[in-house]
Amino acid sequence: MSIALPAPDISRAITRIAHEICERNNGSQLVTLLGIPTRGAHLAQRVAAEIESITGNSVECGTLDITMHRDDLRLRAPRALAPTSIPPLGVEDRHVVLVDDVLFSGRTIRAALDALGEVGRPKTVQLAVLVDRGHRQLPIKADYVGKNLPTSPQQIIKVHLSELDGVDEVLLEEVAG
Amino acid sequence: MRHLLSIADLTKSDALSILNTAETLSRASDGPMKKLPTLRGRTIVNLFAEDSTRTRISFEAAAKRLSADVINFSAKGSSISKGESLKDTAQTLQAMGADAVIIRHSASGAAHTLAQGQWMSGSVINAGDGTHEHPSQALLDAFTIRKHCAHGNDDLTGLRIAIVGDILHSRVARSNVLLLSMLGAHVVLVAPPTLLPIGVESWPATISYDLDSVIESVDAVIMLRIQIERMTEMYLPSAGEYARFYGLNLDRLARMKTQSIVMHPGPMNRGLEISSESADSARSVIVEQVKNGVSVRMAILYLLLAGNQELEVSL
Amino acid sequence: MSEKLFIKNGTLVDGSKANIHISDGVITAMDTADGVLNDERVIDAKDCILLPGLVDLHTHLREPGKESAETVLSGSQAAAKGGYVAVSAMANTTPVADNASVVEHVFRLGQKAGLVDVFPIGAVTQGLGGVNLADIGAMANSEAQVRVFSDDGHCVSDALVMRHALEYVKGFNGVIAQHAQEPALTKGSQMNEGIVSSQLGLKGWPAIAEEAIIARDILLADFLQARLHICHVTTAGGVEIIRWAKARGIQVTAEVTPHHLLLTDELARSYDAVYKVNPPLRTERDVMALREALTEGVIDIVATDHAPHGTESKECEWQEAAFGMIGLETALPIVNQTMVQTGLMKWDQIAMRMSKAPAQIGQYHQHGRDLEVGSPAHITVMNPTATYRVDRDLVASRSRNTPFHGRELPGIITTTIFDGRVTFERGK
Repeated sequence: MSIALPAPDISRAITRIAHEICERNNGSQLVTLLGIPTRGAHLAQRVAAEIESITGNSVECGTLDITMHRDDLRLRAPRALAPTSIPPLGVEDRHVVLVDDVLFSGRTIRAALDALGEVGRPKTVQLAVLVDRGHRQLPIKADYVGKNLPTSPQQIIKVHLSELDGVDEVLLEEVAG
Repeated sequence: MRHLLSIADLTKSDALSILNTAETLSRASDGPMKKLPTLRGRTIVNLFAEDSTRTRISFEAAAKRLSADVINFSAKGSSISKGESLKDTAQTLQAMGADAVIIRHSASGAAHTLAQGQWMSGSVINAGDGTHEHPSQALLDAFTIRKHCAHGNDDLTGLRIAIVGDILHSRVARSNVLLLSMLGAHVVLVAPPTLLPIGVESWPATISYDLDSVIESVDAVIMLRIQIERMTEMYLPSAGEYARFYGLNLDRLARMKTQSIVMHPGPMNRGLEISSESADSARSVIVEQVKNGVSVRMAILYLLLAGNQELEVSL
Repeated sequence: MSEKLFIKNGTLVDGSKANIHISDGVITAMDTADGVLNDERVIDAKDCILLPGLVDLHTHLREPGKESAETVLSGSQAAAKGGYVAVSAMANTTPVADNASVVEHVFRLGQKAGLVDVFPIGAVTQGLGGVNLADIGAMANSEAQVRVFSDDGHCVSDALVMRHALEYVKGFNGVIAQHAQEPALTKGSQMNEGIVSSQLGLKGWPAIAEEAIIARDILLADFLQARLHICHVTTAGGVEIIRWAKARGIQVTAEVTPHHLLLTDELARSYDAVYKVNPPLRTERDVMALREALTEGVIDIVATDHAPHGTESKECEWQEAAFGMIGLETALPIVNQTMVQTGLMKWDQIAMRMSKAPAQIGQYHQHGRDLEVGSPAHITVMNPTATYRVDRDLVASRSRNTPFHGRELPGIITTTIFDGRVTFERGK
C-alpha cells in the first residue's frame, strides 16, 4: 500500500480545481457545485470554500445522491440512500459542476446525469474529480482532475478525507497475492 | 428480506433502515426529483381482496414514483369475489410475471399463506390481513412520531404513546405495539375490557381502561376507528357511551401535553372516536400521515425489490 | 373367508411371550412352542407387541355425501393400516345419519369393505339441528344396532334437548356422546383463545366454552342417572370437572385424541391450516393435563376424531379452511411417543384405553377382549421401537391433512388381523 496523494497535494489540487472552474465559467455566479455523496459532497464543500476565498462571493453548493439511478442495484444488497440537496437557485440554465472523489468506470457519473435530468436542464454539466484512475466503461470524461493515477483494474484506490476519516490521503493498494 | 409480512419479522435495525430510507425519499419528493427509475421494468400487483382506497393508492403512488408498472386487482368484480381461491389467484399472478404482490385481505394470515404457499416467486407485502397486522401503517406511524417527537433521536426511546380503541380487532394496533416498543417507546393500550384480547398481558405494552388518566402524559395518541358492528355484537352498550369514555373530544385534546400529536390511521368516524375539532386541530398530523405513507412505502419497495433479494440487507 | 394364521415371537401386553394360532376367526391355541401347524400362514412378530385389535369410538368416514374426501372403504383401509379393527362412524354425513336407512347403509358399506367393523353412530337430533330428537329408537333397533349417539361437529347445546336425549337412551342402555362447545361463545372461532390467538388476530375458542358444557352435562347425567360420554376433551379445566364427577360415581366417560396429546396452539403461528381443528389445539399446560388424565383413567379412551378434508379445504387462508385432521394411521405411534416412551403408561393400560374401554362404551361385544383361546381374532401387531417418517402422499386415507407430515414417529404397525384375516401387512 502506498500513498498516491498526500494531504498537501490534495489541498493544492482542490485549489487548482477551484481556479480552473472560475476561469472556465467566467467567475462563479452561474456555477452550481453538486457533490456526489459521500466523499464527493465533502470535496464539493472544500471547492466551494476555495472559490469563495478566490472571488469573495459565496457559490451555490449542494449534493446529488445517485443511488436510485445506479445501473448495478440488483447485483448487491440494497444500499443506503444519501441526501440530495439542490441549492436555492436550482440547476436550470446554470453551469452544474459534479464533484466526486474517484472517476473509474464512469457509471456513477452516468447515474448522476440521469438524476440531474430529473431535476432540470442545466446550461452545461461539468465534472471535477480528485482522482482519475482510468478504465472507463462509458464515454465519460472529467473536465477538472486533481491527479491522473494510472492503475490496473484490480488495484484498489482509497480516498480518505479528514471530515470523515480523520486524515487527508489517497491510498493505492496492490492486488493481493 | 424477501417479504414484509409482519413487524415481528423485522429487527430494530431493519425498521430503522426503512425509516431512514423513507426520510431521504421524503425530502427528495419535496424537491424536484419526484420520479426515480429504480424499479423500472418491475411489475407490482396490488391484490386488494378487501376494499381500501387509501392504502391502495398510497402503494400505487409509491410504486409509480419508483417507475414500476402497477397492476390493480381489486375485490369487486374480480375473480376473487367469484370464489377463485387465493392459490389460483397467486398462480395467475405468477404467470403474469409479478415481481411483488401487495396483498390486502380480510383473513388473518392471508399474506403468510400467499408467501408460504410456494405458488409464486415474487415478494409479498402485507397491506393488512384481517385483524392480524398492517406493517406499513405502523412504519408510517413510527416515521411520523419520530419526525415530531423524537427530537434528534434515531429511535423512539423515552416516548409515551397511547393507542386507543378496538384493540381486539385492530391490525394497526398489533403492528404498532410491536414496532413502537421495538423502537424504545412505552406503549399504553386504552380500551374497554371487552375490546382487549385475552392474552394482551403478554404484549409489550401496558393497559388502561381510563383514557382520562392517560391522555395528559403521552407524546402521541393513535385513535383507532370503532366499527358500528361492535355495538350490535354486544361488545359495547352504545356509540354514545363509547364516545363519552374513549373519544378524543375537545376537553381531552386540551389537556394533552404541548408538542404532543394526534394520529389516526383513517378512515375516521368524526364525532365517534374523534371529534371533528380534534381531527382538524393543530396537534393533528392525520393528513401528514398519509403523505408519509407514500415515502415509507417507497422505502419498503426499494429495500425489498431494488437489490439482490438473496443477500442480507445491512445498511 | 377363512385363513389359518400363526403369529410367532410376539409379546403380549403383560410382557409374556406368546405364539398364537388362529383359524376361522378365532384364537385356537396359544403356546410357547414354535410349532407351525399345517396350512398356517406365518406372521413373524419378533420385537412386536400384540395388542387386542384397536377400536376407535370417533371416526369420520364422510360417506355418504363427501366421498371425494373419504369413503367407507378408504377409511377402512386407513383404519386397518393404523391397527384398527373397529371404527365408529360419526353421523355428520350428507344426508345425516339420523334415521335407520342411513345407518344401515353405512353399516352395509362397512361389511362390504370387510376390513374393519364399521359401527355407525346415530345423530342425537334431526339433521344435527339441535331441536328435535332423531329416530333414536329406530336406529337402535336397526341392523346397525346403534348404541352411541352424537351430533358431533355440533354441540347439543339446548339443555332441555340434552336432558331428553340422556333420558331416552336409558331405555336400551345407550349413551350420548357430547361434542362440548357452547355455540354462543364460539361464533366464528378459529383457534384456541389465548396468547397466540391474540397475536395472530384469529378469533378465539375459549376453554370455558368446552368446560361449561362438560359441567352442565355431567350434572344432568348425575341427576338423571344416565350415561354420558364426552368427545375429544382438550382442556385442563374439563379434565378437573370429569375427575370430580368420577369421584362421585357419576357415569361419565371421556376421550382424548392423539393430536391433543402432543400438539399445541403455537403451531398456528405458521397459519398452516393443517393445524386447524375443532376443538382446537390448546396450550402445553392442557397437553400435560390430558396426558395425566389418560394415565389415571380420568380420560377413559383414545379416539382419533379422524377428519378427512380435501386439499382445497386446507390449502387456503386459515379462516376459509375446514376444521379437522386425519389420524387413524398415526394414532398408535403418537400414543406410543407421548404415553409409553415417556414412561407414563404401559402396554396393558394402552390396550385398555385403545381397545377394551372403547369396546365397552360402544357395547361392541366382540371387541376389546383379552387375547386368549376362544377370543375373536382381532389383533394389532406393532413394533414399538422401530421408527418411520410420516409422508402425507403415502397415506391410505383419501385425504392428506395430517399434521404429522415429515415427523419421525416411533412405532410401526406391521400387521393387523381382523376376524382372523390379515387386513393390513406392512410392505405388502
